[in-house]
Amino acid sequence: MAVTRVFGARIKRREDPRLITGTATYTDDIVIPGMCYTVIVRSPYAHARIKRIDVERARKHPGVVAAFTGKDLEGKVNPIPCAWLIPGSDLKTPPHPALAVDRVRYVGEGVAVVVATSRHAAADAASLVEVEVEPLPAVVNQEKAMQPGAPQIHDGVPNNVAFHWKVSSGDVGRAFQEADVVIRQRMVNHRLIPNAMEPRSCVAAYNRGSGDLTIWMTSQNPHIHRVLLSGILGIPEHRLRIIAPEVGGGFGSKIPCYADEAVVAFCAMQTGHPVKWGEDRRENYLATAHGRDHIVDLEVAAKKDGTITAIRGTCYANLGAYLSTAAPGVPTILHGLMMCGPYTIPNIDYEVYGIFTNTTPVDAYRGAGRPEATYYVERLVDMVARKLNMDPVEVRRKNFIPKDKFPYTVATGITYDSGDYEASLETLLRIIDYPNFRKEQEKAWKEGRYLGIGFSTYVEICGLGPSQVAGAVGFQGALWESALVRVHPTGKVTVLTGASPHGQGEETTFAQIVSEELGIPIEDIEVLHGDTEMIPMGWGTYGSRTTAVGGAALFVACRRIVEKGKKLAAHLLEASEQDILFEGGRFFVKGAPDRAKTIQEVALQAYLAWNLPAGFEPALEATAFYDPPNFTYPFGAHACIVEVDPETGTVKIRRYVAVDDCGRVVNPLIVDGQVHGGLAQGIGQALYEYAYYDDFGQLLTGSMSDYAVPKASQLPPFETARTETPSPHHPLGLKGVGETGTIASTPAVANAVVDALQPLGIHHIDIPLTPPRVLAAIRQAQGR
Amino acid sequence: MIPAAFEYYAPATVEEALQLLRELGPEAKLLAGGHSLLPMMKLRLSTPKALVDIGRIPDLRYIREEGNTLAIGATTTHWMIESSEVVRNRVPLLAEAAGRIGDVQVRNMGTIGGSLAHADPAADYPAAILALEAEIVAQGPRGKRSIPAAEFFKGLFTTALEPDELLVEVRIPVPVEKSGAAYLKFPHPASGFAVVGCAALLTLDGGRCQKARVAFTGVTEKAFRDRAVEDALTGKAPDEKTIASASQKAAEGVEPLSDIFASAEYRKHLAKVFARRALMAAASRAH
Ligand SMILES: Cc1cc2nc3c(=O)[nH]c(=O)nc-3n(C[C@H](O)[C@H](O)[C@H](O)COP(=O)(O)OP(=O)(O)OC[C@H]3O[C@@H](n4cnc5c(N)ncnc54)[C@H](O)[C@@H]3O)c2cc1C
Repeated sequence: MAVTRVFGARIKRREDPRLITGTATYTDDIVIPGMCYTVIVRSPYAHARIKRIDVERARKHPGVVAAFTGKDLEGKVNPIPCAWLIPGSDLKTPPHPALAVDRVRYVGEGVAVVVATSRHAAADAASLVEVEVEPLPAVVNQEKAMQPGAPQIHDGVPNNVAFHWKVSSGDVGRAFQEADVVIRQRMVNHRLIPNAMEPRSCVAAYNRGSGDLTIWMTSQNPHIHRVLLSGILGIPEHRLRIIAPEVGGGFGSKIPCYADEAVVAFCAMQTGHPVKWGEDRRENYLATAHGRDHIVDLEVAAKKDGTITAIRGTCYANLGAYLSTAAPGVPTILHGLMMCGPYTIPNIDYEVYGIFTNTTPVDAYRGAGRPEATYYVERLVDMVARKLNMDPVEVRRKNFIPKDKFPYTVATGITYDSGDYEASLETLLRIIDYPNFRKEQEKAWKEGRYLGIGFSTYVEICGLGPSQVAGAVGFQGALWESALVRVHPTGKVTVLTGASPHGQGEETTFAQIVSEELGIPIEDIEVLHGDTEMIPMGWGTYGSRTTAVGGAALFVACRRIVEKGKKLAAHLLEASEQDILFEGGRFFVKGAPDRAKTIQEVALQAYLAWNLPAGFEPALEATAFYDPPNFTYPFGAHACIVEVDPETGTVKIRRYVAVDDCGRVVNPLIVDGQVHGGLAQGIGQALYEYAYYDDFGQLLTGSMSDYAVPKASQLPPFETARTETPSPHHPLGLKGVGETGTIASTPAVANAVVDALQPLGIHHIDIPLTPPRVLAAIRQAQGR
Repeated sequence: MIPAAFEYYAPATVEEALQLLRELGPEAKLLAGGHSLLPMMKLRLSTPKALVDIGRIPDLRYIREEGNTLAIGATTTHWMIESSEVVRNRVPLLAEAAGRIGDVQVRNMGTIGGSLAHADPAADYPAAILALEAEIVAQGPRGKRSIPAAEFFKGLFTTALEPDELLVEVRIPVPVEKSGAAYLKFPHPASGFAVVGCAALLTLDGGRCQKARVAFTGVTEKAFRDRAVEDALTGKAPDEKTIASASQKAAEGVEPLSDIFASAEYRKHLAKVFARRALMAAASRAH
């Protein structure tokens, strides 16, 4: 009996039919009898002292059940904690109250909450809450916030510096002294809004009799939310159940533990009613964490032959008004440590200041620190090439870590597991027909058309990660992952994963892994996740870790099923265990393949337990907790071809080719999908998206009609290809692919635009490369 | 995003709608496609006490050829105009402008009357309506009156309509043979509205511009005809050089809008670029 091989097959996502036909249950679809609705009243001021908050008029509004202010929460709801306390950085963790009490620090900070029997009544009543404040001067720019005399946002945080972190190795000073060329460039990696398709929402239900609290919420990591909310609300962990139903994307924005969910749970506990809250898109823009937002002064040293000898930089990372859950780790561990890129750069000196400002808190956004690093490094590499009059491809080749040097420890101290950077670059060059493109470009330039190509050869740190390392870098948790595989008596399988997919497709890929390992048809396998009451402890989905770590846990659990199955099969087949082989869902005797039991038959016997070997426990189920020995390091080479309209500054992408290496591929269709989505967001950052605050701390890009999330019509068709370099330490050779597109694409686009404008002598334009900005650079170069 | 409470009326005739407007007073608002009004209500930037939905009046939704005039009813949707054979053949400029509005969903709901009455400075129709020298028919307690397009747009979100009037029809003189037109738009990357939209219509006589009409939207607080560009073309052959130099006069002496995406200076520059491109396209179509 041949079992169709599903590992590596282009199987359509099994979760999609329900997602695209409107039959999936998202948090906002949940309705509980007697449920009330909340609206959180938010500060319209970026910085102000609260003089008075009066909820009396709101309380009297028809339909209103309760209204609370920060004072009502005092002593009952603990401050919102930060969970990444990077060591050696003098990190300050000023208190973050769930609702502001005496001061507001950003537009969108919650100051009161209204609970009513209908959404409409809650919205009407919210507009009746009176907030009287004394406005204080605000500061939104991180550099300005560090200046003496800047408004001080928190007590005990002088100059608003939350931390100062540094990585250095080698002899950077000497490398710069001995360099043939040195390039200095200030770069900005601007603030983005994550824009998950589904805004955040939650439903909290409290049983006063039992003391059980259940929270349905838009979470990427329900177990982390349970631990943190347990501490915030003082509810013991075993009385608190977090359920992430269908979650419509997160891109990092649903990792943090926000104040809002705690406030809503408090409302449920106080009123005894189940309570629902959901942000609308405008609220999402203000109240859900943003991403990126660096200003960096960079320097690169290189030799005449293109060898890069050192990178030095000072990064000013805007953290917003409070420390979001993972905020300190993003611009440091996930960013600074990646400043070598895929290159053998031996000397590094990189420091990061994390700075408070009167803006929405900043946390992980798809790629989280790595897109920023890739952007800086890839821009610098192109600048070196330009300065030396070398082909940017040559400079990359010159500095690549050679494929026979892995595992390779870079100057920042981390060890890349495996790589073949040349191979992905060569594949890319073949696809784009590079020599021909340069000819076409010459011709275009002669005609006054600005055609350019940009490369991005990247490496990323994924598969977060070994728990010991997590602990060493101050992450207040672990990063192993769990998987439970339950083979039912009829041979059907339920998988429980502690990772918490929210749109990435693991219900399909995990079923493919199980199908491969157990030889069970994919239709017979179901993958469940996102409920702390049902799923073994796990750490969630982010950092391209779900398949890289959760998939490994799943593999181990499957192997345990096979081991157990072998014992029983040997007993049933009256053979010795050592002689039992397992293949294609069949246990059989070595040399006598007809003496066999299917895994379904074995499962049934395991449950019936009529005839078990001595000491054999009934049932066929296994759990694994897998802690990876290292991170995984996917890599690849992207190229973007653009044409710039010199009259309007518009950048048109004519071709985008992505060659990614994420190790072995479970499902090429899903990998393509992940790459496509990532490219859309990375190109979005390069060309369209930016969050903009005015000097008063008002978010001027406060809606989708101001903040340009790219539409399909604004993106090119994507060409994808792959090389396959398995991770040596992952049992299936997988690496993770959720963030590659975002990490690689922004610099590819930026490099292409600067390349196109070479004839004008333009060396750098800060992203986002909006038409007005590109035109301004062109006109400046033309002396107009 | 929950609007304040309001009453809802759905009159069956124009007369009934006018009657309701009279009775309900200034706190009532007309509702057509709702694609400008409802977003504002959801943000509570607009809180009318009552909505009078004219979208259900069958007599307001039509496209008719009346001799050399095209008559379009107020609640005719953008999509109907974009896809109408008559409009595409007789007044292609209007179909082109309609086709550039938002996306299909928006075009299926939004109406020409609503767009013109709303007078968004970045809306697409106004430029075309000005270049086509259309007439806007308003009906109120004092009967019907016709307003030339050039007198219709008064400023930011303001028109010549009185609060108790209904825009009932748009009348467009069909351009004569030997004319060519184009509407070109630089859409805002997020909203899709016009950062600059330029409608150009050239009427040729013996290879020369007998008449040139150029109108802009998006550039300033209200759409406008650019006489300086038009004058620089009148009587001349619309060749590349003439068009280029005429376009340099675009948006001179106006005060362009400025926002975080596009400065006044950028808008002014785009106006010149888009004047040239629209005129070149119009010239190539004139025969
Ligand atoms: C996502 C989105 C994208 C869009 N993009 C564009 C774009 O690119 N270009 C563009 O031009 N527009 C765009 N629009 C606006 C769209 O074209 C609207 O449909 C149009 O501006 C208003 O028409 P409406 O029928 O929806 O009017 P409504 O929203 O119903 O009404 C608008 C205003 O006009 C009044 N009104 C309506 N009809 C009449 C009448 N007959 N007489 C008197 N007063 C009346 C109403 O009282 C109200 O004040 C967009 C809208 C959306 C939601």
